[in-house]
Amino acid sequence: MIVKDAVCPFCGCLCDDIEVEVEEGRVVAVTNACELGTTKFMGEKRMKNPILRDGDRWKDITYDEAVRYAADVLLEAERPLLYGWSGTHGEAQCVGVHMAELIRGVIDNTSSVCHGPSILAIQEVGHPGCTLGVVKNRADLVIYWGSNPIDAHPRHLSRYTRYAEGFFLENAFRDRKVIVIDVRKTETANIADEFVQIRPGGDYAVLSALRAIVQGKADTIPRTVAGVTREQLVRVANLCMNAKFGAVYFGLGLTMTQGKYKNIRNAIELVSELSRHTKFTISAMRGHYNVYGSNEVNTWMTGYPFGIDFSRGIAFYNPGETTAVDILARKECDAALIVGSDPAAHFPRKCLEHLADIPVVQLDPYPNATTAFCNVQIPVAVTGIDAEGTAYRMDGVPIRTRKVLSTDYLSDEEVLARMYARMQEVLEQ
Amino acid sequence: MTELLVKNACVIDPLRGINAEVMDIAIRDGKIVEEVSDAAEVIDARGMLTMPGGVDSHTHICGTKVNFGRYMSPEDMRAGRTPRRGPLHATSGYSVPTTYGNSYRYSVMGYTTLLEGAMAPLEARHTHEEFTYTPLQDTMANTLFDGNWGIMEAIHDGDIKRVAAIIAWTLSAVKGFGIKLTNPGGTEAWQWGKNVSCIRDPVPYFEVTPAEIIRSVVEANELLHLPHSVHLHCNNLGTPGNYSCTLGTFGLIPDLNEKRQTLYATHVQFHAYGGSGWKDFCSKSEPIARYVDMRPQIVMDMGQVMFGRTTTMTADGPMEFNLYRLHHEKWSNHDVELETGSGIIPVIYRRKNLVNSIMWAIGLELALLTKSPWQCLLTTDNPNGAPFVKYPEIIGLLMSKKYRDAEFATIHPDTEARVPLPAIERELDWYEIAVMTRAGQARALGIQDLGKGHLAPGADADVAIYPLKIDEVDPSAEYQKVIDGFSRTEYTIKRGRVVARRGDCLVHGTNATFWVKPKVPENYDMGKDPDFIEKFDRYYTVRMSNYPVQEEYLARNRCIETEADL
Repeated sequence: MIVKDAVCPFCGCLCDDIEVEVEEGRVVAVTNACELGTTKFMGEKRMKNPILRDGDRWKDITYDEAVRYAADVLLEAERPLLYGWSGTHGEAQCVGVHMAELIRGVIDNTSSVCHGPSILAIQEVGHPGCTLGVVKNRADLVIYWGSNPIDAHPRHLSRYTRYAEGFFLENAFRDRKVIVIDVRKTETANIADEFVQIRPGGDYAVLSALRAIVQGKADTIPRTVAGVTREQLVRVANLCMNAKFGAVYFGLGLTMTQGKYKNIRNAIELVSELSRHTKFTISAMRGHYNVYGSNEVNTWMTGYPFGIDFSRGIAFYNPGETTAVDILARKECDAALIVGSDPAAHFPRKCLEHLADIPVVQLDPYPNATTAFCNVQIPVAVTGIDAEGTAYRMDGVPIRTRKVLSTDYLSDEEVLARMYARMQEVLEQ
Repeated sequence: MTELLVKNACVIDPLRGINAEVMDIAIRDGKIVEEVSDAAEVIDARGMLTMPGGVDSHTHICGTKVNFGRYMSPEDMRAGRTPRRGPLHATSGYSVPTTYGNSYRYSVMGYTTLLEGAMAPLEARHTHEEFTYTPLQDTMANTLFDGNWGIMEAIHDGDIKRVAAIIAWTLSAVKGFGIKLTNPGGTEAWQWGKNVSCIRDPVPYFEVTPAEIIRSVVEANELLHLPHSVHLHCNNLGTPGNYSCTLGTFGLIPDLNEKRQTLYATHVQFHAYGGSGWKDFCSKSEPIARYVDMRPQIVMDMGQVMFGRTTTMTADGPMEFNLYRLHHEKWSNHDVELETGSGIIPVIYRRKNLVNSIMWAIGLELALLTKSPWQCLLTTDNPNGAPFVKYPEIIGLLMSKKYRDAEFATIHPDTEARVPLPAIERELDWYEIAVMTRAGQARALGIQDLGKGHLAPGADADVAIYPLKIDEVDPSAEYQKVIDGFSRTEYTIKRGRVVARRGDCLVHGTNATFWVKPKVPENYDMGKDPDFIEKFDRYYTVRMSNYPVQEEYLARNRCIETEADL
């Protein structure tokens, strides 16, 4: 059987043109996906059933036992943390928010260690953006800043920018210029028309210099700015102002380096400035396939995109205080539920030390680094492979993922709904 | 079977011509019925003002741009929050509340049906997801066609039936209710950073004018027999002197429908400006109201501005950019491929600002100068003119000259020379308010036959009982009582169940979504049209098979089927 137009549950590109060939309940071939997506579709070695830590070994348990354990641990906690969410579908995220509200926990998603600073910048100055198709059809200038799509979002270039056909471009490859701005010459820099190499930590200064040039103050720019010559800066600024439609895509190279959210604020303000001359947009290269969906769900349900603390009953948001890393580092958290992410692979050591000391329940189809910190792990269906559900592409376009396989695994939503029902039952008693 | 009897209700039900009659309302299984058994639960309304549940025919409550308004505004989220309590979820937000916040606050004011004013088809799934979390109202979404490439190409080719066919396919695919045109042509031009100034400017590349888009889509709307008319946000919003563009637009509209208007012009306050610039900015509410008086084919809503902080959000991207350049606040923009766009900025409307004071006056003037309340409905274009929680104050202003004068004394002193408001003596009565907040809105949306906006047997049992004894309150003098009364129902009944009482919501409900599925002949089915499919595949970034919104996204599915004349 071949499933057409399947949706790839890997990165924020959320490619929805994948063909998946299934034979005898297994994916045997994947067409159109990049290497990352193909690996995910073909992925095996899934955990078979829920497991419970029993001393230094694992004990197999049933879903009912696992759900009961998870619900009780979270109910008993004074400051439970519900973290992750970017690797699951929106329907599960909604249950997560209700659960956090019910048990007065903190719910946070992976953006707090990813594009969180980008969101803070947007909350200060807004976000002039667009859907990916607008760029594909119109942009004659694309800038990748601190992002390396060839490695991280491999089909971004072919579906939306460098190699994409565009309605208003006669010969898209020839007529579209690509600029890469980074601290090192990445693979993406190799296919760019212009590469701007910035000294590490110099992004903010370069952005300010470009803003000054766009404002007509090129004469105030020193000979070099963070290792970039004035001539190149003027050339780049002119390319921007002479473009009919320019699009900036930035990655963690801008968000998580020196200056952090100030870098993004500066970049957005550059784009707002350019919008007075021509058409310009800016967008973040979101990582997980549904990290943006997690921000969306949290926002319509609680008012905030991440880092929401329900300990006072109301939704309270203060990134740096109510975000997962901070709550773990301060050793506040006394139980954690991890869904659709792998914090043990990304969090600082100090946080992991605390995670090792508290009860942790993880919902994940595969054993991962966080498994080593878990008391219970509950394997679930993979959204986009054996579960359907809503995901939001990096540009905010919501797509329903398809189910290409039938398995007996429960989805994240089903497991969470059972936990939530159990919690309501206990609280009512 | 569940039965409810509301006794001794002082009913105003304009669609049935009932004006302040004391009567009983019988309800069975969510519907109004002739009578119920003795076993019915009884609510004694004790002569309180009782009306069909409120209908908001133009509000922004759910979807991509609304959520982005929340996302970018933690300061607004902090400005209104309530904890989880009983069956109620926590809420946040003042001008752009969370979905639960919208739902609870509307319910407390007696509103049971809401129309989301602008849904981008590509992002429709998002709107429907948020509808699901708006549990105490039924909802529907106007679908944006202002910059739709396929439609502009069909108009260029003079093929109105193809325009209708594309609309039919899209509405069915995205579970949309009506056609929305926001700054037609302008949102496409904005994807090049440009705009159209009024109805005769050609759209870049597509070489059609806003006038052609409006005329063609109006015709297509009637070919499809949609319940609602075309819902238009005119070109040139917010600019001095734009009233002539608005009048020119209204002049395009023939009278094509016997049951309802042919054009719904939304938030007309923002389109009724005189002057050649901000220095001589003034009200042109009078020519607009006179024009509408003579044309039954046009219904408008006020788009009233109220003073204070709010968030502006619209598909009109270029307008938001101009507003950004005036206010220098944060600015978001979101263009949507092949379809439309949107923009958001927060604003504060200030009494001390002359332009804002004039805007405030214009909205009220439109409502007071338009003879028939059926032709000027009460809205703020929530949250653009003000958050919907301001509706009771607007009702107070419309019912009381004294209140208007008291407010007028606090606004910019030069306003008097620029607006007719101080000379207007008219005070609207209870019946007119009922028209402007439910009956007129239901008729304009074409949903009265679906049991909305009235209390006839067979109608949905959506009822608002306000703690107001209308023979004991003089709205002209006791306007504060009017405001308080409309702020908090004694009972809000949704689908036959009491959902709110004295300011508190009592239950968690289930949203129903109304959407339209026009039946077209095989040769007009765009799902099988090779040219449509080819363009879709080449220029959208979502596969055509992944574009339609599945029925899983509708909590309660109220599909309206129509027969198209193609």
